[in-house]
Amino acid sequence: MAETIILEVARYRPEQETEPTFQSFEVPCRRDWVVLDALNEIKDKQDGSLSYRWSCRMGVCGSCGMMVNGEPKLTCATFLTHYLPGPVRVEPLRYFPVVRDLVVEMTDFMVKLRSIKPWIIREAETPPPADEYLQTPGQLDSYKQFSMCINCLLCYAACPVFGLDEHFIGPAAIALAQRYNKDSRDQGAGERLAILSQHEGIWGCTFVGECSKACPKQVDPAGAIQQYKLSAVKEWFKSVLLPWGGKEGSGA
Amino acid sequence: MKPTPAYTLYHPKWYRRPVSTYWWSRQRSHFKFILRELSSIFVAYFVVLTLLYLRALGRGPESYTAFEEWLSRPLVIALNGVSLLFVLLHTITWFNLTPRALPVRVRGKRVADWLIAAPNYVAWLAISAGIAWLVLGG
Repeated sequence: MAETIILEVARYRPEQETEPTFQSFEVPCRRDWVVLDALNEIKDKQDGSLSYRWSCRMGVCGSCGMMVNGEPKLTCATFLTHYLPGPVRVEPLRYFPVVRDLVVEMTDFMVKLRSIKPWIIREAETPPPADEYLQTPGQLDSYKQFSMCINCLLCYAACPVFGLDEHFIGPAAIALAQRYNKDSRDQGAGERLAILSQHEGIWGCTFVGECSKACPKQVDPAGAIQQYKLSAVKEWFKSVLLPWGGKEGSGA
Repeated sequence: MKPTPAYTLYHPKWYRRPVSTYWWSRQRSHFKFILRELSSIFVAYFVVLTLLYLRALGRGPESYTAFEEWLSRPLVIALNGVSLLFVLLHTITWFNLTPRALPVRVRGKRVADWLIAAPNYVAWLAISAGIAWLVLGG
């Protein structure tokens, strides 16, 4: 096995340059090292000015998402040896504005996430601890998959629809909307549908399917969006055909 | 929190990489996706072709023969061959995607993907066989 591997890291220092350049670093290629370890090695020993986000280094926090050889990856879960003999190209997440080096601006996602009301909405009851909302394991199963999302934004970097139209609300936000819609304790599906049935919502998605391939947590956002489309159509039919309409939005 | 902070769009120092017009040619999966999107044009073409067929049929034997002659031109045969390939691509990818949009649960367990996709193929075969019987044998 090679002792070292070359990392081509995208650098963008807005005070010095108008667009990103690549800088090569040679780092030890250890069998148990992931790309994030290599970046930490560079920052510790070669160039302290390299900027990137990371925290847990165990696939839970969702901070270290970057493009590795053109694919969106959690760098804490991407082994260097996989890319031997190298070089490995590390870039900031695609389609997001770059703040510096490998750091992207994600306010846009935060605004979108908030817009889909990712919390349990109740119509009348008093919230816990005064009241308990019981749930069976079966009910938990119906949304658990979507609740695994760690907001790492790999799905956005994988989605050409988001790349072409930044107003598209995006895979993770819709999957998280579905996480609450499918929650037996939630009653806000109708409110969310009003937001997500707009063009920038579910209908923007053309089912490229890349978001689900990129997802490190098997959330399957593409599946969530298609299921959402189906329930939106059902709600629309209900609102047209039934005199009392489909206002409940319970089926989403 | 404001719906969209003003600095999100207009920050002067952020670098935004423009998306190339040819983004779909850079990645195999994107190219396959574009082919699938393109296939809808050929689906529409087949629909128009069927309507033209019916119109020729309605106008009497002469018009029908003339239409069939037009259909037997090499260029039209080639076009229809390519269209058939695209329509097959469209149908198969569509059928294979149905399990993703329709997660069916029976007794708390999700039904296997192929079980959701299979009825599509069965229906396709049955309808095709029915039409073949009507056209060729009936």
